[in-house]
Amino acid sequence: MIEVFDTCTGCGICVSRCPFGAIRIVEKRAQINEACTLCGACVKSCPFGAIEIKRKMVTPADVSSYRGIWVFAEEHGNHLRNVTLELLSEGRKLADKLGEPLAALLLGRNVTDFIKTLSAYGADKIYVTEHEVLERYNSDGYADVLTGLIVKHKPSVVLFGATINGRDLAPRIAARLRIGLTADCTGLEIDEEGRLVQIRPAFGGNIMASILSHTRPQMATVRPNVMKRGEPDWTREAEIERINVMIDPKAMRTRVVDIVKEVADRAVNIEEADIIVSGGRGLGSPENLKLMRELAEALGGAVGASRPIVDSGWLPHHQQVGQTGKTVSPKLYVAVGISGAIQHLVGMQTSDIIIAINKDSEAPIFKVATMGVIGDLFKIVPALIEELRNAKKENPTR
Amino acid sequence: MIIVVCIKQVPEITEVKVDPKTKTLMREGVPSILNPLDEFAIEEALRIREKHGGEVIIVTMGPPQANEAILKCLAMGADRAIHLSDRAFAGADTLATAYTLAKAIKQFIPNFDVILCGKQAIDGDTAQVPVEMAEWLNLTQITGVKKVEVDPKGRKVVAHRETDEGYEVIESKLPVLLTAIKELNEPRLPTLMGILSAKNKETRVITAVDLDGDTGLFGLNGSPTQVVEIFAPKPRGKGTIILDEDPVATAKKIIQFLFEKGVI
Repeated sequence: MIEVFDTCTGCGICVSRCPFGAIRIVEKRAQINEACTLCGACVKSCPFGAIEIKRKMVTPADVSSYRGIWVFAEEHGNHLRNVTLELLSEGRKLADKLGEPLAALLLGRNVTDFIKTLSAYGADKIYVTEHEVLERYNSDGYADVLTGLIVKHKPSVVLFGATINGRDLAPRIAARLRIGLTADCTGLEIDEEGRLVQIRPAFGGNIMASILSHTRPQMATVRPNVMKRGEPDWTREAEIERINVMIDPKAMRTRVVDIVKEVADRAVNIEEADIIVSGGRGLGSPENLKLMRELAEALGGAVGASRPIVDSGWLPHHQQVGQTGKTVSPKLYVAVGISGAIQHLVGMQTSDIIIAINKDSEAPIFKVATMGVIGDLFKIVPALIEELRNAKKENPTR
Repeated sequence: MIIVVCIKQVPEITEVKVDPKTKTLMREGVPSILNPLDEFAIEEALRIREKHGGEVIIVTMGPPQANEAILKCLAMGADRAIHLSDRAFAGADTLATAYTLAKAIKQFIPNFDVILCGKQAIDGDTAQVPVEMAEWLNLTQITGVKKVEVDPKGRKVVAHRETDEGYEVIESKLPVLLTAIKELNEPRLPTLMGILSAKNKETRVITAVDLDGDTGLFGLNGSPTQVVEIFAPKPRGKGTIILDEDPVATAKKIIQFLFEKGVI
């Protein structure tokens, strides 16, 4: 229930913040009409605390009224993030198991081109919201619109990629709706009672935890590169629902003043890369990063680094793997000259295949390596680059 | 400037294991430390105070022994601390933790300008508490910042927020909540004088009855998520270790291996 108290002065600030155009000022007082989705943007904007939404806690009896799996479709410049497609493939499985529909939530400015892809990867329905304020991710605008959609349509599950923006957005919505949220999941299952079992590592991957949420929707962020992306079916056609929103850019509380690109090596975000070649202290000097770049190129991967490399300023922080950097789960992780301190291992030990090259046979990295090579990286890496190039020449499709 | 820094005492994660029989966490004898990323938040708060004047107040929720972590913050130079400690707060998930911290800040430090937190804690790695706190307190948030400029006269802050290919420069009005990454600064070490003076600084212990909040939203009762099982991760299996004798032969072995695994 939404209520407007006598402290309302009719100032109209809430009108400019409401994305759904549901508020009018009538006789110096805010009046809320049926377009209201209870997203809560007005409550947050009111300087007089004159609007309140009373949210009921979800009781067991309410649970059955929540239906459907939702995936937040995160776009990035001119493409959808890989994790969005991974989540749709996973969400499809969960939806089929529950016998419920799978929907994608697409927000942005000119995003219509992505509809085909979202359909092909399994969405039955796509909610599309286009607005200039949504062109670039911002916490307030995205949280307001998504909260409104969730309250209105009551999905059972909402999944986000555990990306920089996904992890900025999901907790905002969870706190507004007072519901549970599980971070950075690496596994999702449906139990016998139709509940979402959320599996995630904790304590740096030393333990795994299965988590249930007693509220609805059940929300989770999911680690990129863990769920398998299915084959697209380009004949699929999802139902499209367009939601018109009215967002006043001036009502947004933060403003992006500038966007600075520090071009990452091979321009690949390491969180999304299938193959990562990481260098450590063993490289000795920054010139030797050239070896990492060449090896990454030969393998078709991205370049990462351990903490000492980043602390020395050889590479930017967003390429750092480990506790104070990023957690990655690529198909192949090549650790070159990295001893494997626990702070590094927690950031990469869920990778499918780990190849470690190090001259110290006692290096802890060998404990997690699928294949460990004891030897001089300055001899092995150039040979590896050469052999990979030769292999490619012999068999260009490989 | 009134700067609040929320910190957490965490176990040294390298030492935490699952008891294979009872399937519970073996935390006994595991040393506790101040969450590493929180040090960057404290350092930045101290720098803001040094530049603009004001007060740095530490807020934490945790058992009595979390006082050790508080003492470290005070030794670094924070002015005073609020320690939320009560059995009623135990078992809190991120939502209940954020609620309790937010209530305490609203009640005891209502005139704050900036809240700084480490981006995430190394035990849970959720990064959810700061953002949920910002929502409870109706604040704007800028997560993952590597540079901060506060403008007390203009009542605003400009921060560099890390993105996947660089950063975005975000401007927000005060008050604001910021979460720190390691690029932000280089945390100072506590000086001997700092360590000695820390014991004389005020730490106020707050229990559930001292808080105006809804007690049903504290601790386990206020936590919508529930850990139903913990288990040890699948062991990685024993890897193959080879000793390089001939780089070309070694390279061929690696390529053969990757080919068999379908990676290339």
